[in-house]
Amino acid sequence: MIASKDNFSAAPASQGPQETFTLNLGPQHPAAHGVLRVLMTMDGEWIQRAEPVIGYIHRMHEKMGENRTLAKFLPNTSRIDYLSAMHYTHAVVGAVERAAKIEVPLRAEYIRVITSELNRISSHMVWWGALLLDLGGFTPILYAFDDREKILDLLEGLCGARLTYCYYRFGGLYNDADDAFLKGTRDFVQHMKPRLQMYRDLVTDNIILRKRLTDIGPIPAEMCRRYGATGPVIRGAGVAYDVRRAEPYSVYPKLDFKIPTYPEADSMARYLVRMDEMEQSLYIIEQALDQIPAGPFIGKVPRVLKLPPGDTCYAVEAARGRFLVRLVSDGKDTAYRVKLRTPSFSNLSLYEEASKGMILPDALAMMGSLDLVIPDIDR
Amino acid sequence: MSPTLEQLAEQYTQLAAARVAPAPAPAGAPVAGLAEAGGPVAGRAEAGRPGSPTPAAPATAAAPAAPKPPVQIVDPALKGYHLDVTVGPEQVVAAAEIADRAGFGLDTITGVDWIAQNEMEVVYDYFHPTGPVRLVVRARVPRATPELPTILQVFPGANWHERETHDFFGIKFTGHPNLKPFLLPEDADFHPLRKDYKP
Repeated sequence: MIASKDNFSAAPASQGPQETFTLNLGPQHPAAHGVLRVLMTMDGEWIQRAEPVIGYIHRMHEKMGENRTLAKFLPNTSRIDYLSAMHYTHAVVGAVERAAKIEVPLRAEYIRVITSELNRISSHMVWWGALLLDLGGFTPILYAFDDREKILDLLEGLCGARLTYCYYRFGGLYNDADDAFLKGTRDFVQHMKPRLQMYRDLVTDNIILRKRLTDIGPIPAEMCRRYGATGPVIRGAGVAYDVRRAEPYSVYPKLDFKIPTYPEADSMARYLVRMDEMEQSLYIIEQALDQIPAGPFIGKVPRVLKLPPGDTCYAVEAARGRFLVRLVSDGKDTAYRVKLRTPSFSNLSLYEEASKGMILPDALAMMGSLDLVIPDIDR
Repeated sequence: MSPTLEQLAEQYTQLAAARVAPAPAPAGAPVAGLAEAGGPVAGRAEAGRPGSPTPAAPATAAAPAAPKPPVQIVDPALKGYHLDVTVGPEQVVAAAEIADRAGFGLDTITGVDWIAQNEMEVVYDYFHPTGPVRLVVRARVPRATPELPTILQVFPGANWHERETHDFFGIKFTGHPNLKPFLLPEDADFHPLRKDYKP
């Protein structure tokens, strides 16, 4: 239970006709997706106040960015949001390339897009399986992990890692994509299209799922804006905000894709956004595979990389939303300051306001629809 | 509906102009004078570096140095943002209100410890959900008394970002209801991203 000297005091529980009690969810709880603790003041089954308590796996990546060279910091980025490693590495190499004005070969940019979108699909699959586990459906995660395994095998063949890839390098990539990867990716796209239809038949159109998610946990666009919530959360509120279009990077301007939005702003809308995004990612991969040119996979990069003084920002659309790196340099080979703005942190920050007055199982369904990754919050 | 980049720049220029007027008045006080001198001399973040000669004599350099324009439209391809605004620490709420009216969303708040200039910089990043404009608002506070008002009443999302910045830098956001350790252990009394922090 909660010690009296606890820093994070819930509203005092009261007795009488309006009796409330404190419920401590986590930090170890199957529905909390890792070491997230939520301190809840409950009125029976109803939530009066739910305050997330974070920091249990805080590792201070930002300090690590200040005491090692940029190249040595790069592997850290895969470990912030371990399900979105490609995107996070992309943001850091992008910030360095922008600051140092390093040209990236076109082939490398295309391979970055292909691997980023594969990573987005595999991340959404984990979310999909985990959300349905939260809601009490065990079967879907087995299908999701079966298909995700194919992506992990492809990426393992490409760069040797299954999760913490660190595949992008300043100016390009760690190695070139071989024919086996390109053909394997093409096969995967063909394999995945009917599978997404199967996901829809099995789960999305299921009446129990619809009743668990529809009209549950509304997060309107205005709340997203005031809290800085991005990614599928803001798109599920009807706002077509996608960093790939708002602040174009890599070769995304050359590729055609839709930004799926649903105006309902409930948990089902956020669910449908992610399901549509997987489809769009497959479409992007197909185009990139058709357009990918031959050529070098890494550009000219100085052996000792020193950034000019000043600050540089670089944002990417990670699987959970907007990930921003702010690099401040003082002209040395180590960054003066690295700020990592992670999407899960902002997406969770609205939880206290959004969960007010909900019943507990609905609040957990809404938490699942936020797609939280705890190391991404705690950094 | 949302203002153009130029209109926005104009609004912030007016805000910054409102600050320049009262600035010389408290210049006589030693602490305020140092802070004010540090601003124009240091110019933008990249001009004043630890080890660069200018900040060594802030009192004398105050008058002749050409101050950096407080509002700059920059190339997003080089910087990753469109508008770079420097305001006084007492103006961050007004700056946030302009951003709020223009429809911006709060991206993040963070600090930078400029130990050589004896200052802390607080950086507010904003993104626009419907327009491709990125806004950066900066304010500098003296390192000995790093205090500025909270923007919580404008952007409730600032709650967590300000708590985190307080954790890492010891910057106080006056009016913030809960600046207890957030990401750090609950008994933490240190600020690890200060440049003079020793574990």
